[in-house]
Amino acid sequence: MEMRAVFHKKLREIQDDILAMGSMVSKAMLRSIDALKNRDLELARQIIADDQKINGKRFEIEEKCIQLIATQQPMASDLRTIIAILNITTEIERIGDYAVGIARIVIMIGDELPLKPLIDIPRMAEQTVDMLRRSLDALINRDADAAKKIASEDDLIDNLYDQVFRELLVFMAEDPRTITRATRLIWAAHNLERAADRVTNICERVVFVVTGKMEEIGASKY
Amino acid sequence: MGACNSAGGVKVSVRNVNLYYGSFQALRNISLDIPACAITAIIGPSGCGKSSFIRLLNRMNDIINGARVEGSILLDGINIYDKSVDVVDLRKRVGMVFQKPNPFPMSVFDNIAFGPRQHGRHNRMELQEIVERSLRQAALWDEVKDKLGQSALALSGGQQQRLCIARVLAVEPEVILMDEPCSALDPLATLKIEDLMRNLAKQYTIVIVTHNMQQAARVSDMAAFFMMEQDRAGVLVEYGPTSQLFTNPKDKRTEDYITGRFG
Repeated sequence: MEMRAVFHKKLREIQDDILAMGSMVSKAMLRSIDALKNRDLELARQIIADDQKINGKRFEIEEKCIQLIATQQPMASDLRTIIAILNITTEIERIGDYAVGIARIVIMIGDELPLKPLIDIPRMAEQTVDMLRRSLDALINRDADAAKKIASEDDLIDNLYDQVFRELLVFMAEDPRTITRATRLIWAAHNLERAADRVTNICERVVFVVTGKMEEIGASKY
Repeated sequence: MGACNSAGGVKVSVRNVNLYYGSFQALRNISLDIPACAITAIIGPSGCGKSSFIRLLNRMNDIINGARVEGSILLDGINIYDKSVDVVDLRKRVGMVFQKPNPFPMSVFDNIAFGPRQHGRHNRMELQEIVERSLRQAALWDEVKDKLGQSALALSGGQQQRLCIARVLAVEPEVILMDEPCSALDPLATLKIEDLMRNLAKQYTIVIVTHNMQQAARVSDMAAFFMMEQDRAGVLVEYGPTSQLFTNPKDKRTEDYITGRFG
């Protein structure tokens, strides 16, 4: 018989909040790439402004977790879930900051002519957002194996980052006038590379929720 | 002083114990090692045999008609259910504190001196020393030193419970059993007793039965989770370090109980 229905309902609500926050950040990330592709300054400013909502959501989730710890004294997997959520919400918030980072780069670029059509950077963003979504699914499903697999996919992001870096290096070597524009694109790619690392951290927390073990998985080469 | 010469070692070793009340089996095949100079908590739902278990450790079940014990319980390696064991001597070594404070209707002093007197100590000076030492150990001395001659029944509930602990300490036990020692106390008195337990654990082996899981988590070093099986016999489901049992229990039934998914 379920003895703590109210508590467990609240715990499920917090997990719904985490999914909602994940989706806000995914959207911010994809929009920042749209803004980059289309040099859409208005959209970039919007992403920066919307980050307040993401930060607000994060504090809301933290507050709920603190309330549950203080009033319900969670134990065992419930305790691990709440502690993991406190960590995960920070990771998601930071991914949101990387989206803002890209939006700021968009504003820096302004209406400069594009250096090249963007292919690998949008690919990095899509892959990262997909990893984020699946890592949160793994949290909800308490699926440690899925979490480990997602973390291992960080290598794909690292490889794409290498590729972007090498390609832009060639541009800069051939024509020093491209250095400013190329460097900005490297910054954008770097934001994405960091975002994917954060997803790996989320995956580690999912493993902790399921197994109780704190372990580093798929350490990034960067 | 109840010195813990076997610190780090096993104080009480319970081996394949079955307990019956007449035809009803109250405990089934219980085996666990209780470490010396540490606090071991017994948790589990009502009727799972927690109190029956703790009462085995100083043979309190002997006084229940039809109670029968199988298996062995070794205190420092000696089976306490051996015919050669003197139960009075055993209960001096293994003291007990009950759910409701039960001071005798006599002065604070006489409450504490009661045990030592029973064991043949009548020298006034010696008794005074024992009373002061026991009350100090039970963190009660400062509150009662000016009213040692007054009735113990005039003390508050929390003070009465600490008096009962002092009374146990007065006979210099090695093991202290506590059966829900705080369930009749307010939260502050409860925290005082818990603090006291932590201090006493430096010298004594403590076994506590508690319904309060938070208390078990706060106070104990080791925790044992008991449960009732289909036939209502109590079994030991999981036993391990408190830090592990409450954060990452191994058994699904422990997990379900401590997270409140069944009760």
